[in-house]
Amino acid sequence: MTALTLRVAAKEPLTPLVTRFRFEHPEGARLPLFSGGAHVVVEMTDGNQLRRNAYSLISDPNDGSGYEIAVRREDAGRGGSRFMHGRVAAGDLIRVGAPVNLFSLDLRARKHLMIAGGIGVTPFLAQIRQLDRLGQPYELRYAARSRAEAAGLRLLPRSPRVHVHISDEGGRMDLGGLLAGQPLGTHVYTCGPEGLIAAVEETAARLRWPRAALHSEAFLAPPPGRPFTVRLARSGITIEVGPHESLLEAIEAAGVDAPWLCRGGACGQCETAVLSCRGEIEHHDHWLDAGDRASRTKIMPCVSRFAGEELILDR
Amino acid sequence: MPATKFSPSITSRPVYPGLVSRGAAPSLMVADAEGAEALIDLVERDPAVLDAAHIVYVPAGAPFGARLSALGARLCHEAPSLSAALPRIRAALAEARMGFQLYLAGTEGLIGRVAAEAVSAGLPLDAIQSEHRGSIARRMQCVHCKGITEDVATDPFVCAHCGLTLFVRDHYSRRLGAFQGVCVDAETPGIVPASQEIRP
Ligand code: FES
Repeated sequence: MTALTLRVAAKEPLTPLVTRFRFEHPEGARLPLFSGGAHVVVEMTDGNQLRRNAYSLISDPNDGSGYEIAVRREDAGRGGSRFMHGRVAAGDLIRVGAPVNLFSLDLRARKHLMIAGGIGVTPFLAQIRQLDRLGQPYELRYAARSRAEAAGLRLLPRSPRVHVHISDEGGRMDLGGLLAGQPLGTHVYTCGPEGLIAAVEETAARLRWPRAALHSEAFLAPPPGRPFTVRLARSGITIEVGPHESLLEAIEAAGVDAPWLCRGGACGQCETAVLSCRGEIEHHDHWLDAGDRASRTKIMPCVSRFAGEELILDR
Repeated sequence: MPATKFSPSITSRPVYPGLVSRGAAPSLMVADAEGAEALIDLVERDPAVLDAAHIVYVPAGAPFGARLSALGARLCHEAPSLSAALPRIRAALAEARMGFQLYLAGTEGLIGRVAAEAVSAGLPLDAIQSEHRGSIARRMQCVHCKGITEDVATDPFVCAHCGLTLFVRDHYSRRLGAFQGVCVDAETPGIVPASQEIRP
């Protein structure tokens, strides 16, 4: 992965839980442009632990003067977002990977309907700027629990195309009505908690939407868990995975090269063959299907964990 | 008449896998001639498919009109030709919302033309199903003069617009809903193979 060393140009709290960061090149050089929906992987060196978390870019895809992200502090997470909130300050240098887009717009759509839950609004912030520039029709529905938690309110433009639903104020979204009323050629994009994505998929299936018109991105951070031991057969070593690191991070910390792209269980890049498994793989990814899981021959180290006596990987 | 079985061809040649009910979703069903029987069979397999269906039928001399209207769809229209039915089809597509289903049954000319209308109205391809019944005559576009000749049943055939003798290709334009006809004697003027009936 090509990573750039950038300077933290701004750090601004948007809500008690969400902070916006802006990164710029230390010499003012232009950064590669991207497309709406792209993310970057931010490297965080915390003592001798290297964490890499993926964040959607929220700034204008056509603006190479800087990259912006919004980070929600997950107190029950592995610690990456706590590190960003507590330990990264304006002026610091930080390593940021080149943008990768796994949630791009289908520009053949006649209309783009975007459904955001909570911090899931982030990829859409870049996408609506792209669509404004292209002059393509869109409608953005942003759902949040309370006004105080809704960071999107600080980031979204005031526009008749943007609708806010605050559930504390009784403004729940009527998914059935929303999906039943869309013109032909609409594509729907959902980003948010898994429950929201599942609800959109069920409603769309009931209304006979074609699958090809549905797109989603779950923001999946590697969950913490109990420590476990893994044997890397090709490297000939045995490693320990700590409670607050992912299997992929532990493999990297041992100096073993392993492929990855999204670090969120979505892209398939990190798929690794399991040579022996005595115990249970805790699959947390969106990549392997039920057959793969039942066969116990594959694991996605970026998010999945293990509990049991022995796990041997072809790595 | 049962659904037509076509012999294998190039991958771009359209295939018509048959109609499968997508339940009570709002829909438009368009058929010509024997295509009516495909709709009747579809409704027999799942009566709910009619709940929000609009049927448009071009009999072209076939005797199924009464049976189709007896099915009891919300709307059922007969038209003397597909061209006469197109304004009604376009109006139905203009009102449609995502989830709308299009069921096409009958000749390749009808299936191709209505599918092209639907795609240009924004209907996703996955929402379009088709079943071939009846005549295997094709709707052909002359690649030279661009004129369309309907109901071509022989190969080669004479372009109704420019008079060239055209070879019937399996190459198909989704946008036009027509196969391509290519001059058969361009290199050897006047030497034209004997005309044969098109086979499925
Ligand atoms: S890195 Fe994308 S699935 Fe693991």
